[in-house]
Amino acid sequence: MSNFPWLSIIIFVPLVGIFFILLIKGDDETTARNARAIALWTSVVTFLVSLGIWINFDNSTSEFQFVEKVIWIPSLDLSYQVGVDGISMFFVILSTLLTVICVLASWVSITDRVKDYMIAFLFLETLMVGMFSALDLILFYVFFEGVLIPMFLIIGVWGGPRRNYAAYKLFLYTLAGSVLMLIAILTMVSVAGTSDMTILLKYDFPASLQSWLWLAFFASFAVKVPMWPVHTWLPDAHVEAPTAGSVILAGVLLKFGGYGFLRFSLPMFPLASADFTPLIFILSAVAIIYTSLIALAQEDMKKLIAYSSVAHMGFVTIGVFSGNLQGVEGAIIQMLSHGIVSAALFLVVGVLYDRIHSREIRAYGGLVTRMPKYAVIFMIFMMASIGLPGTSGFIGEFLILVGAFKVNTWVAAFATSGLILGAAYMLYLYRRIVFGELIKDNLKKISDVNSREIAIFTPLILTVIVMGIYPSLFLDVMHVSVENLVERYQSALASAEYIPTVEQ
Amino acid sequence: MQLATIPDLMPALPEIILAVTTLVLLMLGVFIRSLNIARTIAYACILLLLLAIPLMLVSTDGRVSTFDGAFVVNDFTVFMKTFVLLSAASVILISKDYRKLQSIDSFEFPILIVLATIGMMLMLSANDFLGLYLAIELQSLSLYVIAAFQKDSARSAESGLKYFVLGALSSGLMLYGISLIYGFVGSTNFNIMAEVFKGLSGELPPPGVIIGLVFIVAGFSFKISAVPFHMWTPDVYEGAPTPVTALLSAAPKIAAMGLFVRTMLGPFGEIDDQWQQIIIFMSIASMGLGAFAAINQKNIKRMMAYSSIGHMGYALIGLAAVGGVENAIFRIHGIQGMLVYLVIYVFMNIGTFSCILLMKRDGRMVENIDDLAGLSKTNPGLALIFSIFMFSMAGIPPLAGFLGKLYVFQAAINSELYTLAIIGVVASVIGAFYYIRIVKVMYFDPPVEALNVSISLEIKIVLAITGFVIIFLIFYPMPLISGAEQAASALFTK
Repeated sequence: MSNFPWLSIIIFVPLVGIFFILLIKGDDETTARNARAIALWTSVVTFLVSLGIWINFDNSTSEFQFVEKVIWIPSLDLSYQVGVDGISMFFVILSTLLTVICVLASWVSITDRVKDYMIAFLFLETLMVGMFSALDLILFYVFFEGVLIPMFLIIGVWGGPRRNYAAYKLFLYTLAGSVLMLIAILTMVSVAGTSDMTILLKYDFPASLQSWLWLAFFASFAVKVPMWPVHTWLPDAHVEAPTAGSVILAGVLLKFGGYGFLRFSLPMFPLASADFTPLIFILSAVAIIYTSLIALAQEDMKKLIAYSSVAHMGFVTIGVFSGNLQGVEGAIIQMLSHGIVSAALFLVVGVLYDRIHSREIRAYGGLVTRMPKYAVIFMIFMMASIGLPGTSGFIGEFLILVGAFKVNTWVAAFATSGLILGAAYMLYLYRRIVFGELIKDNLKKISDVNSREIAIFTPLILTVIVMGIYPSLFLDVMHVSVENLVERYQSALASAEYIPTVEQ
Repeated sequence: MQLATIPDLMPALPEIILAVTTLVLLMLGVFIRSLNIARTIAYACILLLLLAIPLMLVSTDGRVSTFDGAFVVNDFTVFMKTFVLLSAASVILISKDYRKLQSIDSFEFPILIVLATIGMMLMLSANDFLGLYLAIELQSLSLYVIAAFQKDSARSAESGLKYFVLGALSSGLMLYGISLIYGFVGSTNFNIMAEVFKGLSGELPPPGVIIGLVFIVAGFSFKISAVPFHMWTPDVYEGAPTPVTALLSAAPKIAAMGLFVRTMLGPFGEIDDQWQQIIIFMSIASMGLGAFAAINQKNIKRMMAYSSIGHMGYALIGLAAVGGVENAIFRIHGIQGMLVYLVIYVFMNIGTFSCILLMKRDGRMVENIDDLAGLSKTNPGLALIFSIFMFSMAGIPPLAGFLGKLYVFQAAINSELYTLAIIGVVASVIGAFYYIRIVKVMYFDPPVEALNVSISLEIKIVLAITGFVIIFLIFYPMPLISGAEQAASALFTK
């Protein structure tokens, strides 16, 4: 089965789905029904195929697997080249899983222009999977940047009252960051003579050039992660986006930045990465503490979760740039965990929003009496977000902190304090919404989660718990690749006789 | 003294056939008094322009020059002429409804477009400053007339007059530059001039030559509407009948850009360090002005004017990347990037203007951006294709506009013009703002009074072709890219 084009199938099946959706004709009602059905089937098939790469994945090598290469533009030496290794494989599956969830989550809440909506999500799926599996710099950029089109439309067309502002902010912030990356990419192609990432990963760029390239990539990834102080687009985008838009934004798009740091910054510019590690550590530590404090003061549920995302992603950047096995593995687990947990939390908010049409925390209270099942689901994800042992959040944060302690005690100490703040704002949120007395009239008839919603949450709950109890299932897959990455990073530093300036 | 022999007419056959047939059509139009004659002549002109393409392809092979070396045909000219012809033909095609609506449906309109096209083809083939000047004038005079074609509209007349006065000024500048150069070189032939400058072997040319060069560059930048000689563009674009604006933004731009490149690399190729800095300045200024000035525009044609100023700035990056570079492959890359950019730009522009031509309400054309509000509700298909063009103009992958930007920036990086490339991408972010504003108006804003959109078959065809190219070019860009490469290399082989 080694020649079976797994990745191309995952990338292009959603496009086939789009084609079928475009063919739908009829009145609004039938169009919407058919569009939902086609989108669901397409995303489910894509998800099942993507499980195939996990099953067939070879844990014992750090080489790229399922590689496909088709020459695209010979004169520039560009090719359509895709493949995954232990680092990117789970992100592909995360993208396909969350697309299914998004289609289901929009089943009843989206009634306007359903056809266009489903097309946007399937197109987004193609771009996300392509982004994580691209092995050619230019191809990577095409997928990376292309995401802006569907995301802009999803927020702008189906978003809340301030959607114009939010959509613009998302578009221009991200574009401004990534065009600088385009210049860096073109410089790399010009210097190394190829855009093939498998070669570039082994190419040693001159130290002086590395800093510039690193900064250009940083401009792009820092906006995506997002890191403090360029995170301000995220709360706006989340608040205005429809539920599924928030899910995909928090679940997958934020991972673009962390994945980019792992795939490009660390292995391709190791010297610059080491130089700039203090910068990353400071920004991340500030992000964790500052945004956690801001989260405490939020009145809007989605905004609170958005700020918590910034804090959680701060852990990821610390983990990545700790540059050791624990830190990097922790960062990947944390990204996967955050992908599931934050997506689920936005869905949790979405359940309430569908019923009451308010995101104000004050509009709720005492839901546990009317919605016991909902309270349980919410609690599981809240605990995972806090990082309670037994959930996926714990594994990620624990590994990151272990990795960080080895490199820089201060950063680890500050980050740990963020955990306490994290527990504070999540528990406070949970108390205000779920506990207390049910006094508001419009909540007295609120119904508990229905079977469709349970179907959405079940796989997410299972993943969170499996990842928390038996992390080896995931860690084994990525172990060899991460080891290779860390080795490459450390040996590059050693050969340049690099003396870390932040060693404590 | 030797009697002059008849020159070889074969290389110029497409132009000659076009000219003769057009004059015949003109006579037919004058003498046949039939109601349908205008329509017939319009279709005949389209057919003529399209037939000229295969004719051009079969009648030339390699580099041929005739008329005492004043006329040259090579892969570069064939490539550029193909797109000049295609855009002129598509403009006549999409103008059909507009001509009827604005009662300018007379037979002179397509004839003038073909005459302008002949001028453009001669421009692209000119290998002598005299031929160059005559060709530019043939092109410009025809365009001045059709810009003012809408007789009962003051705006159209104003636009034609402005275009004429400023165009004449630029021709004067260019002519003055040519005379200076002639005074120092003693010939107007490109090849002889190139030889003379080669003889300098690295020495600085006399100041008179440099002044002449600056005047010629100024004249060209009028024609391609590059900053600082862009000021006619917004007024002319806004006032001229919309199909004429579509034409102005496409065909003459290719022709003037092609001629610009041929002049800079032909006679002045040896003193490229002299003009490179001017090109870099023009490129930066055009990208910047195009990005900032378009933001506040209310009229979509005026916005497109600034947009095309910006796009010319990006295309000029390709030319700037050639100057002062020794590596032959990088020199070809620069021009190749520019050609790829121009071709994609033309497709996007013709597509966008086809959409603009559909903006009608109560039997009148409307031109304000706000009139598009809620178009995605009232006409989803048109809104979709319009947004695709806009995203492509902004250079967002996977649409074709990205490919053009990729190529010019790659050329700039190869030539180590990092500052230029960085300013270029920053300008493209600012530019993205006003392109996505159109998308915003169509998709996010509540519908105002709906447009009465009825898409005629002609516009459907053009939209289908341009849309198809813009969406799918990224999957199989090879024909365009290798064609551009071949055309670019033709410039460097003597």
